Amino acid sequence: MVLPIVLFAGWFWLSDDSESFYAPPLRTIFTAFKDTWQPERLRADVAPSLLRLFAGYLLAALIGIGLGVAIGLNRRLRAVLEPILEFFRAIPPPVLVPVIMLFAGIGDGMKVIVIVFGCVWPILLNTVEGVRAVDGVVLDTARAYGVTGPARITRVILPSASPQIATGLRQALSIAIILMVISEMFAASNGLGFTIVQFQRSFAIPEMWSGIILLGLLGFALSLLFRLAERRALRWYEGLRAARRRAG
Amino acid sequence: MTSARRGNPVLLGFAGLAGLLVILELLPRLGLVKDRYLPPASRIVAALADEAGTAAFWRALGDTLYAWAIGLLIAVAAGVLAGLVIGSVPVLRALTASTVEFLRPIPSVALIPLAVLLYGTRLGSTLLLVCYAAFWQVLVQVLYGVADVDPVAEETARSYRFSTWGRVRYVLWPTALPYVFTGVRLAASVALVLAITAELVIGAPGLGKEIATAQNSDAVPTMYALIVVTGALGVLINLLTRTGERRLLAWHQSVRGEVAI
Repeated sequence: MVLPIVLFAGWFWLSDDSESFYAPPLRTIFTAFKDTWQPERLRADVAPSLLRLFAGYLLAALIGIGLGVAIGLNRRLRAVLEPILEFFRAIPPPVLVPVIMLFAGIGDGMKVIVIVFGCVWPILLNTVEGVRAVDGVVLDTARAYGVTGPARITRVILPSASPQIATGLRQALSIAIILMVISEMFAASNGLGFTIVQFQRSFAIPEMWSGIILLGLLGFALSLLFRLAERRALRWYEGLRAARRRAG
Repeated sequence: MTSARRGNPVLLGFAGLAGLLVILELLPRLGLVKDRYLPPASRIVAALADEAGTAAFWRALGDTLYAWAIGLLIAVAAGVLAGLVIGSVPVLRALTASTVEFLRPIPSVALIPLAVLLYGTRLGSTLLLVCYAAFWQVLVQVLYGVADVDPVAEETARSYRFSTWGRVRYVLWPTALPYVFTGVRLAASVALVLAITAELVIGAPGLGKEIATAQNSDAVPTMYALIVVTGALGVLINLLTRTGERRLLAWHQSVRGEVAI
């Protein structure tokens, strides 16, 4: 943790007598941060953003994992859908904003749908890969012990595929944050992205910088939370890998 | 199970694409979706053909690809260099670990307002976003790659008195190379996403700006046609980087192992 502090201190010190309009002293940015992100503003702008983010992300996770298991288990379905999925994944998600605006207007629904539509592909494709890679011996053993139906999916397939699913969820998280901001920059009346663009347009530079810093902190905090959750959920997998490494 | 019963995957894939086109044609034709929102596939294709006949479209495509290529090049060069230096000096590695972890998850779009202020709607805006986003992909992969160097090979090189340059060239680089390629592959698609996002949101010249223009002038089929083009670009870039990787790393265990299985 030394270097970030040194960097911040360096920025603070070097920028202290900055006259530049675009790069104000960090001291000014900090003051602006304190004045700008008051509780009422957090409630009015940050909370709606986060709610859309979580709604979209959770929906995308449900849809992605559900469809991914179905597609991963069915060879023919996979062959039919593979090119389509590859194509949809390759579309840069932000271009979906204008399309979804056509269907869903510019309300909360639009933003949630945009996030779902952008996030679902990495989750879906990673789930498909994970389900495909389930050990055949494990599957046969489960069958021999009479584990079938829903139990086969929840007890055998999902746990085996979970490291891969976690990879998809991690990729989707950063896409979700990007889309949250983009959809609000495009058309919104509140939200973090909207507020930052508003500051930029009115040349409130220190406030704009404080928004950028807040977004950075948010991205960092969310990825930290994700990593904690992942480490908890996949503890068995880390242990397995460590054991294999020792044996190998 | 014979392969005939399973069906040929390529054929099934084509059937899937054809099915999608039919559905996209029928949904608006049957009135299930308003054709103002989703025009029939045939009209999107017609709009695509129209676009392909205009010079503006090709200029926009060129602008996008130019920003993508330059941004990717800068990001890869900087990422590889920084990764090799940071990765091979343990002190630097320990010092920067938390900084990398802190800076990487900052969403690149947070820089959009800054880019607008600094460069307006010029190429620089796009480049700033592309470089920032692509750089981390490369850097992190290179760091993994450097950490993967076999200690025995490293110590052997040392006892044979390889120079620093020799160790980098003959031990570090070949080990890190597959990781570098993974990084480049990831960075190439991220760079495309960011290039088009920057054009869409900021209005820098390129396909993204054309999409925004089409949306504002209510040219819905053209908008869909341009989105299809961006998707096709993405697929193409994926395919190219993947084949390039396989070609250039044909000697490497990771690729040879794949072939053997």
